[in-house]
Amino acid sequence: MQEESKNTIAKDTVKHVARLSRLSLTEEEVTVFQKQLSSILDYIEQLEEVGIEGVTPTSHVLSSMKNVFRLDEVSPSLSNDEALLNAPDKKDGFFKVPKVIKDE
Amino acid sequence: MEDIFRSIDGFKKWLSENKEPDTASFLIDRASSIDKDIKAFAFLDKEKIKERFSCLKDGRLKGVPVGIKNNICIKGALTTCCSHILKDFHPPYSAHVVEKLLEEGALLFEGLNMDEFAFGSSCETSYYGPTRNPWDTERIPGGSSGGSVASVAAGELACALGSDTGGSIRQPASMCGVVGFKPTYGRVSRYGLIAFASSLDQIGPITRNISDAALLLEVISGYDRRDSTSVNREVPKYTESLNKDIKGLKIGIPKEYFIEGISKGVKRRVEEAIGVFKDLGAQTIDISLPHTKYAVSCYYIIGPAEASSNLGRYDGVHYGLRSEKAPDIIDMYINTRNEGFGQEAKRRILLGTYALSSGYYEAYYLRAQKVRTKISDDFKEAFKKCDVILTPTAPTTAFKIGEKTEDPLKMYLSDIFTIPANLAGLPAASIPCGMGENDLPVGLQLMAEPFGEEVIIKTAHAFEGATDHHKAFSLEE
Repeated sequence: MQEESKNTIAKDTVKHVARLSRLSLTEEEVTVFQKQLSSILDYIEQLEEVGIEGVTPTSHVLSSMKNVFRLDEVSPSLSNDEALLNAPDKKDGFFKVPKVIKDE
Repeated sequence: MEDIFRSIDGFKKWLSENKEPDTASFLIDRASSIDKDIKAFAFLDKEKIKERFSCLKDGRLKGVPVGIKNNICIKGALTTCCSHILKDFHPPYSAHVVEKLLEEGALLFEGLNMDEFAFGSSCETSYYGPTRNPWDTERIPGGSSGGSVASVAAGELACALGSDTGGSIRQPASMCGVVGFKPTYGRVSRYGLIAFASSLDQIGPITRNISDAALLLEVISGYDRRDSTSVNREVPKYTESLNKDIKGLKIGIPKEYFIEGISKGVKRRVEEAIGVFKDLGAQTIDISLPHTKYAVSCYYIIGPAEASSNLGRYDGVHYGLRSEKAPDIIDMYINTRNEGFGQEAKRRILLGTYALSSGYYEAYYLRAQKVRTKISDDFKEAFKKCDVILTPTAPTTAFKIGEKTEDPLKMYLSDIFTIPANLAGLPAASIPCGMGENDLPVGLQLMAEPFGEEVIIKTAHAFEGATDHHKAFSLEE
């Protein structure tokens, strides 16, 4: 971890990715993650050695897999109360969240 | 203390003969007393377990204490994935495997510790603090199913369920000297398993011997329409694969698993085990799995990518934590996630989001999926020559608590031998094969073709018949 990484990702990139992930990092965390992620990416770079031309990507390991359909019929599901059981905040049978549109 | 959990059958006999005035309290107190030094449980709800004991169904597991990793939902029981972000989450439904166990009369113990969201190889990233290895409490039990495994290895419970995404059942089983079985992808329903990486996750048993693993596997396997990747295929009688001859069985030994970085003690034990199989009449064949060395890289793109997507649902709206600092909805999301996720979870979310982000998708995610195909193809080629593949489960015995927490990459490499089976969807088990460095357990791994659980069971059972390694017990004086 001490040596300079070949794949150093910019601090701004770390912050950008954090924003996409709905996280916000302290400057200290940005520095730590920058180092750690860069070193992981250095390691991962070895994948470039593998010849992958014409190789089909695996999206599912079992080739026998088919798409699953079912009839459009009502089947048992959670009740409204059960679905709201763990909600941090609720009102009138709905999940309640802080204001989405700000007052002018 | 008497070791009452040597085998499920042995425990059932104890249960039918025991004279405890209050069996449930005895079992709970016994577990929690052993657990003082181990901390296999993140939490233990005595009243709930007593209540369950009073209404057990009749079945093959009647009264048998089964530990449930804290990412498997039990209706009404606290299930947090050992993360602060799921604090107070009580699922309104049970996992398919939980329904199956209850039908057979199992006595469920929830709350077994794990790395947060199963992100880890040492059980150190849990919000509740680390679990300790029953063989040496200064050391990690392995991870992420460290609590489930330690509870079985310490004799607190008869058996347990864990989940395995890159080795999270097998690697700790190896480090604690018990049996850990990851079934074929699609064999066991993932319904009610809180998702980490959906194309890799599989639930499996952790037991003191292979016969018990076969029984649990028989109970939890089978088609479930609520998991769209569940495979509709008859469940064999796994318990009938025991006692089968392995004369002439072709065991493949891949040279790529006996590399630099594997400890001397591990290497020696696994080589001795190969000798045992030869004496039993099996034939060993040198094979090659040339893309093995790329498995960790491949996994650390695909795993975090899927995880970053799966963890998008923790937004403080539907369940779990909501930050008090919530002036508007965006800040509420951000503050909730900042406060709720630990460092390893954040690291994987960042890595996964990066690998999937615009401009990097092809270079990372798509490339990893293609390398994944190459790794699967290696196995397909190998299984033309052999029936089962034998390797070490982990490159070393258990390391010290704190030893690898500063260097994530070093930690990731402890799963180097277990990850390939997840990438290829294969069944794989770790079974004890003696003691290595620092007198700590070593595990050997057996892998088979998809739905080849039976060949693993018969191979492991033959080994248990010829050796006493599975009988070694951590609390023996």
